[in-house]
Amino acid sequence: MATEILMPALSPTMTEGKVSRWLKKIGDMVRAGDVIAEIETDKATMEVEAVDEGVLSAILVPDGAEGVAVNTPIAVLGGNDTAASAPVAAPRAAIAAIPAAAPAAPAAPHAAAEQDWGATSPLTVREALRDAMAAEMRADGDVFLIGEEVAQYQGAYKVSQGLLDEFGARRIIDSPITEHGFTGMAIGAAMNGLKPIVEFMTFNFAMQAIDQIINSAAKTLYMSGGQMGCPIVFRGPNGAASRVGAQHSQCYASWYAHCPGLKVVAPWSAADAKGLLRAAIRDPNPIIFLENEILYGQTFDVPTDPDFVLPIGKAKIERAGTDVTLVAFSITVGIALKAAELLAEQGISAEVINLRTLRPLDIDTIVASVKKTSRVVTLEEGWPFAGIGAEINMQIVEHCFDYLDAPPGRVHGLDVPLPYAANLEKLALPKPDWVVAAVAKLF
Amino acid sequence: MAQAADGRKGRKPRLTNEPAGLDRDTLLRAYRDMLLIRRFEEKAGQLYGMGLIGGFCHLYIGQEAVVVGIQLALKPGDQVITSYRDHGHMLATGMQARGVMAELTGREGGYSRGKGGSMHMFSKEKAFFGGHGIVGAQVSLGTGLAFSNAYRSNDHVSVTYFGDGASNQGQVFESFNLAALLKLPCIYVIENNKYGMGTSVERSTASRDLSQNGSPWGIASLQVDGMDVDAVKHAADIAVAHCRAGKGPFLLEMKTYRYRGHSMSDPGRYRSREEIQKMRSERDCIEGARHKLAAFDVDEAEIKRIDDEVKRIVQDSADFAQTSPEPDPAELWTDILKEA
Ligand SMILES: Cc1ncc(C[n+]2csc(CCOP(=O)(O)OP(=O)(O)O)c2C)c(N)n1
Ligand SMILES: [Mg+2]
Repeated sequence: MATEILMPALSPTMTEGKVSRWLKKIGDMVRAGDVIAEIETDKATMEVEAVDEGVLSAILVPDGAEGVAVNTPIAVLGGNDTAASAPVAAPRAAIAAIPAAAPAAPAAPHAAAEQDWGATSPLTVREALRDAMAAEMRADGDVFLIGEEVAQYQGAYKVSQGLLDEFGARRIIDSPITEHGFTGMAIGAAMNGLKPIVEFMTFNFAMQAIDQIINSAAKTLYMSGGQMGCPIVFRGPNGAASRVGAQHSQCYASWYAHCPGLKVVAPWSAADAKGLLRAAIRDPNPIIFLENEILYGQTFDVPTDPDFVLPIGKAKIERAGTDVTLVAFSITVGIALKAAELLAEQGISAEVINLRTLRPLDIDTIVASVKKTSRVVTLEEGWPFAGIGAEINMQIVEHCFDYLDAPPGRVHGLDVPLPYAANLEKLALPKPDWVVAAVAKLF
Repeated sequence: MAQAADGRKGRKPRLTNEPAGLDRDTLLRAYRDMLLIRRFEEKAGQLYGMGLIGGFCHLYIGQEAVVVGIQLALKPGDQVITSYRDHGHMLATGMQARGVMAELTGREGGYSRGKGGSMHMFSKEKAFFGGHGIVGAQVSLGTGLAFSNAYRSNDHVSVTYFGDGASNQGQVFESFNLAALLKLPCIYVIENNKYGMGTSVERSTASRDLSQNGSPWGIASLQVDGMDVDAVKHAADIAVAHCRAGKGPFLLEMKTYRYRGHSMSDPGRYRSREEIQKMRSERDCIEGARHKLAAFDVDEAEIKRIDDEVKRIVQDSADFAQTSPEPDPAELWTDILKEA
């Protein structure tokens, strides 16, 4: 009985991949456990093992084929296979939870404050982060990277790919799984003038080290009367990924933004990532740099100018509008832009602000926009209570209450630990429809 | 007889390959339990490849002898807690394959009704306390389970499993001090499978002998061949007797090996195929048990009967996991707080 070999899902975020090469050819006998092909996922090149036995009777997808969707038949095992268990067709629903790529940013006619950096080229967010670190490390020998799997493994999410080769083990340092210890160590090094970049495999694990981040990094300058600074960047993916459950899916934006002594940056596009990370590494303060795993693989145009850098503390108007202001950061910028398109179909013109930095907050840009539109909805993936939206809306009330035609609205992740089940996870996270509904309530 | 080392006296533990001398029936049970875990994990790997399981999924294939051997030394009511690499532990404590697999697919029939996933399952009935995603966190929690036993003066022990990578976390050492200080009946099991993700023990740990990690606090310990279920059971008997007798915690370092990647998205560039193949062909715990069974005159028909039974359980769990409905949307809002 013949068995189809299906394109396997090889990572939590993989929806399609490339068949790099076949290691078996038609007619070969394949045993369970044999490596049959190499497949390139969104993160890495993986070897694929056969789960059944038999003779490889057909190869349906040739070497080098790109964009092969998960569950597409890629080969057929035929012949002498006695216990053939026909593969069950996988329901689409199981993978539909993976969010579609965010739309490319439409031109922002009013983003006048944004410096024009000239020519651009497409880059993924992942590459942009690596390029930013590499550029700053070339420029300053005091900058180093420490974290789990950052060197030999090339980064758990491949953000530090190639850095060990270029900078060596003295500056790209694999740490044991000891977040509290290596964070404290890096902060100590920063107090003595080095400029560490600390990668947390995800920000969930920074909770092991949050005492050092707040009590040592954020407060020391103040407590020492300005003598003892701490130039350090804490970076890594923040927020929900895909189906990784409650302990691995939390947004820490409001946790860190609460604390004086820290700056909190949350890029959305690859240009944000590159320009802001360079600024963060140069900044003499402790910076929390919140990335997003789902954005890592997304491509955006990034200025090629070798000096490209973005200022910390300045928001960007991603889309100009006149009827309502949508204030977003990180992955919710993409949601806001999608919502703006839906709203445009209803004749509502939405202005989308990409905050880029949460602390210090660019309240001037927000207020200027709200004075123009008179309506506002904030977006965040995190929980509502004492969230970023709560703070922004309070500041709007303080600064331009009289301009509001409706109470400020907010869209946020539901007030529950993130569930694992595909359907429940989808229900818990903000989506463009929620924004449209929140805006509808303002009119 | 392997001696439990007492770090205070500076005695080195030695690798115990000494068998407990399992009888025929116990060995058959161990074989069946290990095979069930192996086949269950292989099936989970397939379902992941088909997109039916999402997120992280850490398979236990290769390490089966550890949990099965230790479980043989426990009695009902002894608690077990571990990390995210937890499917094997759940099956070994007697949790149902159906409920575990359905949790992996995120369905209503899962142990956490689909809300926990691969890394977060629990069973009060089987005294299985999870399923924890934060490396090292379960070690303090397991110490607390032991504390509760000491507090209640019952004779239960708790078994706290963690990896070689986790063994470096600060709270592990804090827990050792507490357990020794309060003489808690806690069996710490380091499942040393040589790697934490892509980092080998040599690259993560300055100490060359993890079984000595509790020695500053005088924690008795043994280093054990974790690929031999008989040796594991023998060491576990010693540890359990020590804890039940009120002598404080015990540390077992299990030398073991995982055949598959760290999780499903591990390209595995940090070790050679030959290394894996060598372990598989020379040290495999299931093959080893099968060998010993032959000496007991267990015939092929009996082995086949077990293989078939296991296959049936696993297939049934996979069918159940695909037909069990997704959780009701209302489940989003349940279980956040208890009614006061
Ligand atoms: C505090 C924390 N840091 C990092 C991680 C990411 N992570 C998950 S498993 C793992 C490796 C753990 O290795 P080990 O303790 O040897 O256990 P094994 O996976 O080998 O069973 C890492 C780094 C995490 N889950 N929690
Ligand atoms: Mg390990």
